[in-house]
Amino acid sequence: MTTTTPTSSAPPDIVQLGPIAWLHKNLFSSWSNSILTIVIVALLLNFLRGFVVWVTTTAQWEVIPLNLPRFMVGLYPANQYWRIWIAFGIITALAGLSWGVLARQTAKLFSLPVLIGIGASCVFMALVPVPPLYRLMLLAGVALVVAGAWVGRQAGRKLPALGRWVSLAWFVSFFVVLWLIGGGLFLRNVSSNDWGGLMLTLIAAIVSIVLCFPAGVVLALGRQSSLPVVRWFSVLYIELIRGIPLIAILFMGQVMLPLFLSPGARVDRILRAIVGLTLFSAAYLAENVRGGLQAIPRGQTEAANALGLNTPLTVGLVVLPQALKISIPAIVGQFISLFQDTTLLAVVGLVELLGISRSILANPQFLGRYAEVYLFIGIIYWVFCYTMSIASRRLERQLNAGQR
Amino acid sequence: MTQYQTETSPAEPMASEPMIIARDVEKWYDNNFHVLRGVSLTVNKGEVLVVMGPSGSGKSTFIRTFNALETYQKGSIEVDGIKLSHDLKNIETIRREVGMVFQQFNLFPHLTVLKNVTLAPIWVRRWPKAKAEEVAMQLLERVGILEQAQKFPGQLSGGQQQRVAIARALAMQPKIMLFDEPTSALDPEMVREVLDVMRSLASSGMTMVVVTHEVGFAREVADRVVLMADGLLVEEATPEEFFNNPREERTKKFLSQIL
Repeated sequence: MTTTTPTSSAPPDIVQLGPIAWLHKNLFSSWSNSILTIVIVALLLNFLRGFVVWVTTTAQWEVIPLNLPRFMVGLYPANQYWRIWIAFGIITALAGLSWGVLARQTAKLFSLPVLIGIGASCVFMALVPVPPLYRLMLLAGVALVVAGAWVGRQAGRKLPALGRWVSLAWFVSFFVVLWLIGGGLFLRNVSSNDWGGLMLTLIAAIVSIVLCFPAGVVLALGRQSSLPVVRWFSVLYIELIRGIPLIAILFMGQVMLPLFLSPGARVDRILRAIVGLTLFSAAYLAENVRGGLQAIPRGQTEAANALGLNTPLTVGLVVLPQALKISIPAIVGQFISLFQDTTLLAVVGLVELLGISRSILANPQFLGRYAEVYLFIGIIYWVFCYTMSIASRRLERQLNAGQR
Repeated sequence: MTQYQTETSPAEPMASEPMIIARDVEKWYDNNFHVLRGVSLTVNKGEVLVVMGPSGSGKSTFIRTFNALETYQKGSIEVDGIKLSHDLKNIETIRREVGMVFQQFNLFPHLTVLKNVTLAPIWVRRWPKAKAEEVAMQLLERVGILEQAQKFPGQLSGGQQQRVAIARALAMQPKIMLFDEPTSALDPEMVREVLDVMRSLASSGMTMVVVTHEVGFAREVADRVVLMADGLLVEEATPEEFFNNPREERTKKFLSQIL
């Protein structure tokens, strides 16, 4: 150690490989690897070529633009579309506002990738094959997100409590949006039988996610409770639900529930489906949260108890915040599969995105357009699930900031 | 127990006022292991009592019965005149008066240092946030980590974490402080900063029960030293007697192993 001076202790430079050297090192390092690389690239190119040729020549895409309103909102009456546009506007504005408030500490709100994203979505919205008025509405949606983000950031720096107000606004907006879509109170009623498409998928998924989260947390805590009755009930519920396929629960809700209820009592079909999804997901969520709870050392509870915190305070202030943070990846994973599970509603006769696609495909005019339609809705599902996945990673990073 | 009150600690005007009275405490673990076999002990107000003993002797278990982190099956414990019972309200009342510092610090990793310290005063004592923060800042200054107040526990060294833990316990303004091997999980160079804080706490007149292997601390700060072995209280003495002239064979054997 005598020969080393502090100045020479810098880490060695990381050697940057040139593109040729990179290729050589990673893809053509030996004869067998070179052959493998060539074969796989050839297969991929072949597949890609076939796909591009199909997309550009064979595929008949007119099924998508002709039915775009169906895909989005199902059989919702066209003269009431304005209500959905208002709901769309509320949600985009709030989304922008939340983004701005969350990003109020970052140095630059509209960084290059974000600007590229905004530009790309503007181009995309302008090219969507819908009447010009709707294109304008979609562009307005992008503008609302951007404007909301700017306002949220500026206001969030001055008012630290703005975050709470935005949360409250989301809560209120939930009921406003349901009112706008469903009607009543000065608005024409639109029966839930006419709700459909992506709109129904989103309603079912979001309501189920919002409801199953607290239910899952309560069940997870119940499973750890020292009160035997609470613990037994939680275990019984979780194990019972996890032993039944979701499709069976949904059928029970649609077919069997009306048999048990008094003849006059009619529960909305969508509500029944949402209850089924919620009850199902809550059981799985409870197990995810339980995993997080078990990862918290006993010393945390002991320290909280020793300070005089009673059990609810210990759980609410010390154990649960840490447990939920650990479980975020698993919880979001559950939300993503819940989102995808909404496709099962098609099987019980609700026309959400998959259901409406099947009814469009049943139309003789669009017979045989399976690939085009399923590719289209597949991309829609992917966009939403991938967004949730990104949001979860962001949330994790934000919660971990500075703690380790 | 009067024969154990020492003349060596002048800062004890109310030396005869007992803060903790444990009588014949017996405990069995779930696997029927008899961990406490009838331990009786009185801790007086303002006294610093050091509990020593080999590992597995039940010393941690014993002091954890004082704030009901451990249950016991026989005997009785009285803290500040309140008899410990199974009633939750009673347990919470006692816990508010008894601060505890753990071997593994047990800070709340998701909260900043400041919030660790203010959590209990705000939620249990119902202090307004401003008052809780003011008291917390004073305590953090006292333990020498004022400038780390906005950091998270994971960003601090072990010694700093343990000092935060002491400040956190003191924030509830307890009448008694229990230390369960507070320096055993620390790197050697950090033991001293924690012991210094405990030393100044002792000189401020706090009633302290300390489970530790730090002989230097016991000699210098303790009013009394007790030895526990195999679930029994083997010897009680002043530090001088305990270390220089122990009566019991068990104590001699223990001291020969650690000194």
